[in-house]
Amino acid sequence: MEAKTKPGTQPPTPGEGRAEVGQVTKKPRLTTSAMIASLAAEGQPTRPAPFGHALTALAETRPEIVGLTADLSKYTDLYVFAQAYPDRYYQMGMAEQLLMSAAAGMAREGFLPFATTYAVFASRRAYDFICLAIAEERLNVKIVCALPGLTTGYGPSHQATDDLAIFRAMPNLTVVDPCDALDIEQATHAIADHDGPVYMRLLRGNVPLVLDRYDYRFELGKARLLRDGADVLVVAAGFMTMRALEAADKLEKDGVKVAVLHSPTIKPLDERTILEQAQRGGRLIVVAENHSVVGGLGEAVAGVLMRSGVSARFRQVGLPDKFLDAGALPTLHDRYGISADTMVGSIKNWLG
Amino acid sequence: MATTHSGTAELSNVNLVDRAFRIRRNALRMGAVQGQGYIAQALGVADVLAVAYFHALRYRPDDPEWEERDRFCLSIGHYAIALYSVLIEAGVIPENELETYGTDDSRLPMSGMASYTPGMEITGGSLGHGLGISVGMALGLKRKGSKSLVYNLLSDGELDEGSTWEAVQSAPHWQLDNLIAIVDVNNQQADGPSRSVLNFEPLHAKWDAFGWHVERVNGNDLDALAAAFDRARGLKEAKPRVIICDTRMAKGVPFLETREMTHFLRVDAHEWDLALEALDAGRVR
Repeated sequence: MEAKTKPGTQPPTPGEGRAEVGQVTKKPRLTTSAMIASLAAEGQPTRPAPFGHALTALAETRPEIVGLTADLSKYTDLYVFAQAYPDRYYQMGMAEQLLMSAAAGMAREGFLPFATTYAVFASRRAYDFICLAIAEERLNVKIVCALPGLTTGYGPSHQATDDLAIFRAMPNLTVVDPCDALDIEQATHAIADHDGPVYMRLLRGNVPLVLDRYDYRFELGKARLLRDGADVLVVAAGFMTMRALEAADKLEKDGVKVAVLHSPTIKPLDERTILEQAQRGGRLIVVAENHSVVGGLGEAVAGVLMRSGVSARFRQVGLPDKFLDAGALPTLHDRYGISADTMVGSIKNWLG
Repeated sequence: MATTHSGTAELSNVNLVDRAFRIRRNALRMGAVQGQGYIAQALGVADVLAVAYFHALRYRPDDPEWEERDRFCLSIGHYAIALYSVLIEAGVIPENELETYGTDDSRLPMSGMASYTPGMEITGGSLGHGLGISVGMALGLKRKGSKSLVYNLLSDGELDEGSTWEAVQSAPHWQLDNLIAIVDVNNQQADGPSRSVLNFEPLHAKWDAFGWHVERVNGNDLDALAAAFDRARGLKEAKPRVIICDTRMAKGVPFLETREMTHFLRVDAHEWDLALEALDAGRVR
């Protein structure tokens, strides 16, 4: 069952908080560790099951689309597709290795499989099968996975804090981390149009809607500047773009001008746009991601800057290189510094 | 224009003896190119492949991607030398390519990969992948209303892999009567006799319990193999089929058959010619 929790309002736990975390508002601590908590703040507009509805709409004109899951249709929103197209839906059982190899087999026969599970199971359990049966063969399989990064309080068994690092290293694979309901809807269409294997991180259930307020359209392989600002450039992906926009609003009140560059395609990275923005000198560059600071967007961006000879003050907002605690998401997001408030504090500290 | 090999009608057992002999000969010639390889497996499984490609499968040698072909998936990538041998005999790969086996830029790498070789349906090698991919292909073929069958050759050692059993459990669930698994039981894997590495018996009872139609035959008996393939293909029940083939490593070359640890067979330089001579001698006999 879905528990609605209010994000970003708890103080960091002493000893666990990051040194650079700033002042945050005190609210009563939530103590539940809900399996799947909505990321939506109270009163925030949301759309239900954006991936499920987008795939179902797409399937109307694309008869080659089939949906496969490993006992997680409900929690990856694939159930919407399954209800609309029961004969194109394949329940493979709780067997992720089979899920990926069978998806490869169906792609070999000309179908366009969307295979869903949790990000931990795809990246850890089924790695070899995605790598060799799908990616090495450039098969047209779309792997769509819920619970990316720190989006559940269940602890390391369900927290895919390393999936981007794992999948970035896999040749031929396109890696996407959309921000909100709009992004997910548009990305679903875009990855279906792309000929080749894709890994997409998924927010499911009632997913916040944020990007409709910006001049934005998802384009595979493209980063988009959502707001400009002269002091700080935040490069972000996934729901951290949402957090970055919120943090930018808060910082503006204190006279700090923050630009937010949303880069939902992690691989191939839109190096050109990132470099263009990074070369607009003097700004602190912060990469914000819902992932370990090891091997994700942050290190990808750092690599681009280094290789291109762009030197800048560079900081990362991301999860620490450790197995994370169980607990309520707002608590954990504060504890590990990826809530909007902790991000505000971090940026203020870095600016000095 | 295209010739189609299609099923039972065309070849007598006499032809199959010839086919199996030439498959073994191709394998030995390729082994000699590299001076090493999984030659014992190739010699052991040659009769199974002869029956598969010259008795059972529908395919067009000059059009390996013909939509109506039966799919033959080699889960065991290291058996590539065996599959190349039969693909050469079938006319899918020109015979002169045999000289390139395992060399730089060859279409015949030492482990089988789909993107390299015509007639190689999947990339095997990471053991435990093939049967799951075959389940997906069988599901796909059913979706298309195709009459084509999916054959998947796996090994007894591959039964150690848990992913194989995910697929074994799945195929009967989907009533995949278009899927025929072939298990080569030669009782040899990297660290020794398979039964001592991890006992896989009772195989018949296991596959039967999972809901498969099971045939178990002497995999070096062409008549028995042909009959087993016929029964597996002719079955009316809506369930997948498995043909468990007990084979002898290095079959056809007596002085290699008796060696221990035949998984990756040591053959000295001068022995390749001796092996070909021994094979030829056996054919005359």
